[in-house]
Amino acid sequence: MKTKIIAAIGTALAIAFGGGAASAGPTLNAVKQKGFVQCGVNTGLPGFSNPDSQGNWTGLDVDVCRAVAAAIFGDAKAVRFTPLSAQQRFTALQSGEIDILSRNTTWTLTRDTSLGLNFAPTTFYDGQGFMVPKALGVKSATELNGATVCVQPGTTTELNLADYFRAKGMQFNPVVIESFDEVNAAFFAGRCDVYTTDASGMASIRSTLAANPDDYIILPELISKEPLGPAVRHGDDEFFDIVKWAVYASIEAEEKGISSANVDEMVKSQDPTVQRLLGSNPGMGQALGLDEKWAYNIVKLVGNYGEIFERNVGVKTSLKLERGPNGLWTNGGLMYAPPIR
Amino acid sequence: MPANKAPRGSLINDPAARAIFFQILVLGGVLLLGWYLVSNVMENLARQNIATGFSFLDREASFAIGESMIAYSPANSYSQALLVGFLNTIKVAVLGIILATVLGTIIGIARLSSNFLVAKLASAYVEVIRNIPVLLQLFFWYAVIGESLPGPREALNPLPGVFLSNRGMRVPALGDDPIWVWVGVAFLVAVVAVWFVARWARKRQEATGQQFHTVLASIGILVALPLLAWLLGGAPTALDIPALQGFNFRGGTSVSPEFAALLLGLVVYTASFIAEIVRSGIRSVNWGQTEAASALGLHRGTVLRLVVLPQALRIIVPPTTSQYLNLTKNSSLAVAIGYPDLVSVANTTLNQTGQAIEAVSIMMAVYLTISLGISLFMNWYNKRIALVER
Repeated sequence: MKTKIIAAIGTALAIAFGGGAASAGPTLNAVKQKGFVQCGVNTGLPGFSNPDSQGNWTGLDVDVCRAVAAAIFGDAKAVRFTPLSAQQRFTALQSGEIDILSRNTTWTLTRDTSLGLNFAPTTFYDGQGFMVPKALGVKSATELNGATVCVQPGTTTELNLADYFRAKGMQFNPVVIESFDEVNAAFFAGRCDVYTTDASGMASIRSTLAANPDDYIILPELISKEPLGPAVRHGDDEFFDIVKWAVYASIEAEEKGISSANVDEMVKSQDPTVQRLLGSNPGMGQALGLDEKWAYNIVKLVGNYGEIFERNVGVKTSLKLERGPNGLWTNGGLMYAPPIR
Repeated sequence: MPANKAPRGSLINDPAARAIFFQILVLGGVLLLGWYLVSNVMENLARQNIATGFSFLDREASFAIGESMIAYSPANSYSQALLVGFLNTIKVAVLGIILATVLGTIIGIARLSSNFLVAKLASAYVEVIRNIPVLLQLFFWYAVIGESLPGPREALNPLPGVFLSNRGMRVPALGDDPIWVWVGVAFLVAVVAVWFVARWARKRQEATGQQFHTVLASIGILVALPLLAWLLGGAPTALDIPALQGFNFRGGTSVSPEFAALLLGLVVYTASFIAEIVRSGIRSVNWGQTEAASALGLHRGTVLRLVVLPQALRIIVPPTTSQYLNLTKNSSLAVAIGYPDLVSVANTTLNQTGQAIEAVSIMMAVYLTISLGISLFMNWYNKRIALVER
């Protein structure tokens, strides 16, 4: 849409006019100076980043930013959110408009390199799936030859879709619509046979937007790996480390059984790994250039990874997602934090 | 600028020298600013390790495009993808300009009609349509097409071989036969022949006063020549008729709902402006001219064609050019309803490569080129039809 292009030009201008301050200098100093973390999030994706009725941002991606703010300032509210479209997000980060991009962004090689980004650890392992009306009688994605597929542009989804059909030697006809609402409307109006997006989003779209959710089925195949995580600018290792270890700290806390409820008890723990994590045995905070209470604050104010997951996307939410690959490695999942020592 | 350090008193009071001095100053300032911006961009991008340059154009695009006038697959390069988008933009712009001109002219003339109902209906059309943002109109038409038509398995079949569904309109296409190329050639030959006939008829009328039925003769030539070519080629009747196969119709040619909605929206919107321009152009010609022409015995069509329009077009053409440019630029709203125009493809390119500055520059350069092309053509046409004053 025109506004998106204007925004893209705007950010391009920001790169043109912006001096070195926006891009080079240590982000941590700039963040400390202004007193908050500027965080780029999705314009609205339930479970990941969505403003509630009071205008407070909630979601898994939002909580990642809150964790970083808690680590730096000891205040999970020291965050300002910039809602971004898929198109705007990278330019916003590159130009220094935001400090962290936490917007269900898939970690890929080109984004990590030629886009000038650094990806902190994955906070949500997703995969791309297909949804079809039950009436079509399709049971598997391999039967989709010749189908019309609704997809949103500017995402890896669009590429995975093309790759999948090419690999299988099948034909398809894409209907690419930028607006989230319009693409949903087009699918439920029957413009397409198939709707494709990340599996996590698909469940919530079906449950909230379909006239009768039982009329649609999600096909069993996941056609891609979508490791979603926060990203920062290349070239500022100090800030990158902070974001990276803020995520790891929440995972480590879950593994050690530290939650927002019991963290004050756990500070007195005799376990040396817990002592190091929570700062009762100092050193880790100093290594990151932060207060020794950095991880304590994350857990106390935002929660451990398990709490963040269950609160935003877990089985008790409208998304009803199981932990699956997002469980701790000790439970057969992929969440694994390197030693904090 | 040594010229400006010349002897005091002489040059400094010379208006011409001063004008040149300030022009050089301003030009220098603009160039300096441009250089500052470009070098700043390059420096910032390099420091952040962001790829620059246009080398990405040769890489594989690996995304699919819904409709294309040329062969395209995800294995083609970004430049091919952008070309597909460009051609889609041109397609909707050219068709839109032609249809908006026809519809706008009809409505503009209808507003001047002496029939109360016709005139009021045309006024209502103009006042309603031109006061609603075009983006909303596009959403409206897209929703109307998407919601009102049935799915492909229950497609409407108004004529044999024609299917209407929410996947668009499918019509039979000509079969795969080399003779169709020759029919096309014959048609082009007929067009040239018509031009010569018209010229001959005009000269003869100027010389002898005798009129010739140019219109009837032209239609005859335009139909007869291609028909002859078709008969000579053995009169093939094989058609590629669409049929439901799997999810969708296969065969024939189709008009997608996205294209139909975009074209409809742009035409309906722009026609309301063109109608006003046509009306003002015709009103600008004094009623006395019409009366005088009628008094000479010309009938109404001839009065319009030979007396009113040549004078009205002087007023009509320049603002209509602006409307053509608006239509072309508004076609970039296609991205909202999923028609793969240049902006849609370039947006995807931008996002996949992350090279915002390059992708936006390409878009701007293309729209600038198209717009300047339209302007040049319309200026040429305006000069041609301008009254020669003696």
